[in-house]
Amino acid sequence: MEKLLNSLPGTIIAGFVLTVVVAVIIHALA
Amino acid sequence: MELSDFNWWTQFIRWAHIISAIMWIGHLWYFNFTQTPTMPKIPAELRPAVVRFILPEALFWFRWGAMFTLGFGLILAYMNGYILDAIKLGIGSPSPHTKATAIGIGMWLGTIMWFNVWFIIWPNQQKVMGTVSATPDEVNAARRMAGLTSRVNTMLSIPMLYCMVFAGHYY
Repeated sequence: MEKLLNSLPGTIIAGFVLTVVVAVIIHALA
Repeated sequence: MELSDFNWWTQFIRWAHIISAIMWIGHLWYFNFTQTPTMPKIPAELRPAVVRFILPEALFWFRWGAMFTLGFGLILAYMNGYILDAIKLGIGSPSPHTKATAIGIGMWLGTIMWFNVWFIIWPNQQKVMGTVSATPDEVNAARRMAGLTSRVNTMLSIPMLYCMVFAGHYY
């Protein structure tokens, strides 16, 4: 995790992946 | 529309919430996209200028931006009557509760980020800046912890902003 966060592109990609997860959760709970 | 109109005040609070949020996330992204990657390229004799002059000023607007964003956001959620539904992520609320789920996840992510700013990043940055005394080893550990937590917040800011915008434009 630390290796991922030490990379700025890795951080941004992780943010977008989390966004997809959040979007799925929102629609699953809808 | 009268000045005492409730709707006028919710619009004012929403505007204040967004202005504060731009102050906060703007500085967060400045740290992560500009300052941190540039520091190793700055000649050693010039780095103290960043740490002593730019960093304290940026951290001031950063942490108070976070505080006012959270404060105005909670007031706005209360005034709009969805604060409890949002805290519960819409679970158990009358259907459809998609908006409450979206804004609720955004609120929780924002609250985690606010906690990180005030209780992890700021105390550690005070050691880095030398305003709180620390040994060289403690300063190095503080720099690592503040940097990693700042990166966590950058990562969380992406889904947080998705939730905020999604909820605001869902209806």
